[in-house]
Amino acid sequence: MNPSDRLECRDLACLRGERLVFKGLSFALRAGEALRLTGPNGSGKSSLLRLLAGLGRPAAGGIAWNGASVADDPDAHRRRFLFLGHQDAVKPWLTTRENLAFWAALHGAAAAGIAPALARFALTAQARLPARFLSQGQRRRLALARFAAIPARLWLLDEPTTGLDEANVATLETLVAEHCAAGGLAVVSTHLALKLPGGGGLALADPAKADLAPAGPAGARAA
Amino acid sequence: MSARLHALANPARFGRFARRALPWTAWLAALCIGVGAVWGLVFAPPGATPPEGQGETVRIMYVHVPSAWMALFVYVCVAASSAGALIWRHPLGHVLARAASPIGACFALLTLATGSLWGAKMWGAWWVWDARLTSVLILFFLYLGHIALTHAFDDPARGARAAAILALVGVVNIPIIKFSVDWWNTLHQPASIIRREGPSIDAAMLAPLFLMIFGFTFYYFTVWLLRARAELAALRTRALKLRLLAA
Amino acid sequence: MSDRGIDRSGVGGGLGALLRRDLRLALRQGSDTATVLAFFVIVVSLFPFGVGAEPQTLAAVGAGILWVAALLAALLSLDRLFQADYEDGTLDGLLAAPAALTLLVLAKCLAHWLTTGLPLVVLSPLLALLLNLPEPAYPALIAGLVLGTPVLTLIGAIGAALVLGARRGGVLLSLLILPLYIPVLIFGVGAVEAAATGQGFRAQLLLLGAFLLAALALAPFVAAVALRQAAE
Repeated sequence: MNPSDRLECRDLACLRGERLVFKGLSFALRAGEALRLTGPNGSGKSSLLRLLAGLGRPAAGGIAWNGASVADDPDAHRRRFLFLGHQDAVKPWLTTRENLAFWAALHGAAAAGIAPALARFALTAQARLPARFLSQGQRRRLALARFAAIPARLWLLDEPTTGLDEANVATLETLVAEHCAAGGLAVVSTHLALKLPGGGGLALADPAKADLAPAGPAGARAA
Repeated sequence: MSARLHALANPARFGRFARRALPWTAWLAALCIGVGAVWGLVFAPPGATPPEGQGETVRIMYVHVPSAWMALFVYVCVAASSAGALIWRHPLGHVLARAASPIGACFALLTLATGSLWGAKMWGAWWVWDARLTSVLILFFLYLGHIALTHAFDDPARGARAAAILALVGVVNIPIIKFSVDWWNTLHQPASIIRREGPSIDAAMLAPLFLMIFGFTFYYFTVWLLRARAELAALRTRALKLRLLAA
Repeated sequence: MSDRGIDRSGVGGGLGALLRRDLRLALRQGSDTATVLAFFVIVVSLFPFGVGAEPQTLAAVGAGILWVAALLAALLSLDRLFQADYEDGTLDGLLAAPAALTLLVLAKCLAHWLTTGLPLVVLSPLLALLLNLPEPAYPALIAGLVLGTPVLTLIGAIGAALVLGARRGGVLLSLLILPLYIPVLIFGVGAVEAAATGQGFRAQLLLLGAFLLAALALAPFVAAVALRQAAE
């Protein structure tokens, strides 16, 4: 992790199908900071995270890491972030451990980190269990365990607390705090009042109320 | 909303271009097809009298050959438009590809129909697995796949992108398919529709044939421009409707 | 820029991990392989009812029946390639992974062929017995299928990636892919028929080999492009 890492978005616009989800979005995030994304359903929180993860091209504007546009070197960008979407990407016919081991191997993380990551999210007892026996909350924890096992500079989390109880929400908060303290960056979309370091927030506007005319007001700016 | 404005600006230019070009293509099409058809169907010499030649039946060639040529040409146009959309991100690429594809499918169908009629007249069989006819049949399937894929998604942009990739894959495969079918055909030796008249098409037949080919090409450009303009108008209407609903 | 803790041998390890995972999943959900093989057997068995059971008739059309049935069985198994990953979010994870997507697709195709194409090849001589295929044709049949079934998987991967999220994706896939399968079919059957009549079939096998090399070089890349635009 580099203490001078910086993520910037400039005038970002996103088209989903034929619908303009947001436009004119700009923010800057520095090492050690976490950005909290809030907003009503359909305001584009998931779309923004997906754009940051390279899963789609912005309709306008650009994303830059340390000043260099992400679109110029997508391979390098993929090496520096970890993304968690709505779905858990858990295979029911693999065991808990095998699920995590696959993602660790895919990202080139050391196998030694798997057991501690499972322990972090209280999944050690279920390590040998096929994932189809896990509850929804346990699957979410398994998906989050990736962040404990695989080192990355930028974390992109879409509603990570779905199905989690208070204890595990606290574990997540601690994990993010440790990540940011070590110089990492995080963008987290959430409905809960999560304690996130850096305190920055981005409230996305309700698209039903947004003016879609070209000269209309831009989306919210970073705090 | 720079992305949408970009797309909307070009259509205005395109509309003006279409308005200027359409009368030309339409009149040229009418002229070439009119002269070519009358010349070919009435005045050009018939084939050698049966049983050595095909007699009057050979006149189907004046529709069959241009249709086959167009079926292939239109696919190349679809592939070129798709390449423009995917590689150079040209805003009109998807619209042009979507507009051209059904026209090509119709030409392919016309080729198959005239080929079938030709075969029925010549050998009493309503279909022969001639190398060219079989290749056009496969080309027809490629068109159907392209059209189906375009309309298979709730999001039209996704359909357009997927169909564009398919068009490029198809265009690369066409020579391979043609080569394979030709090879297969030599093994199984069914009757060939055009083989007999092939090398002995004399000059008197060539001129009306080329006129018909040009005529069909201009006809295709006319219909293509009309369809593309309609597609752009539909896109614009949808965008305006969305804006109205959201306000 | 320091990437502390990231293992540099990630790419090869990542591909191996994906291959092992897909093989493991296919073995544990073994019904998929069994279903494809059962379909192969049933389709071949239908033909004697359709064309008559005389040994000469069957021998004459046997090559075609076997190849068409193998083609259809391969087609049936294709939705297993990306659909599950697309639905449970794994595809997003693969798209966001540091390894090159083209290589990941290649790994998935290899796993798919090992659990679908290879069993078809192994089963084909037994079914050829049912169809009274002449003895000299067997090597041509097996060699042709060994070269041809990977091509079916690779071209099928392009189709499977294109129809992700489409309505009626299964039927649409058939419409898209079957025309592209025809050259493989022509030369596969051509090899068997040439061998059956005692002629040389090297040319056909060489062509199938050329198709395989071209597919290996191009199909994973095209499928990767299709996967990216499916996730947009």
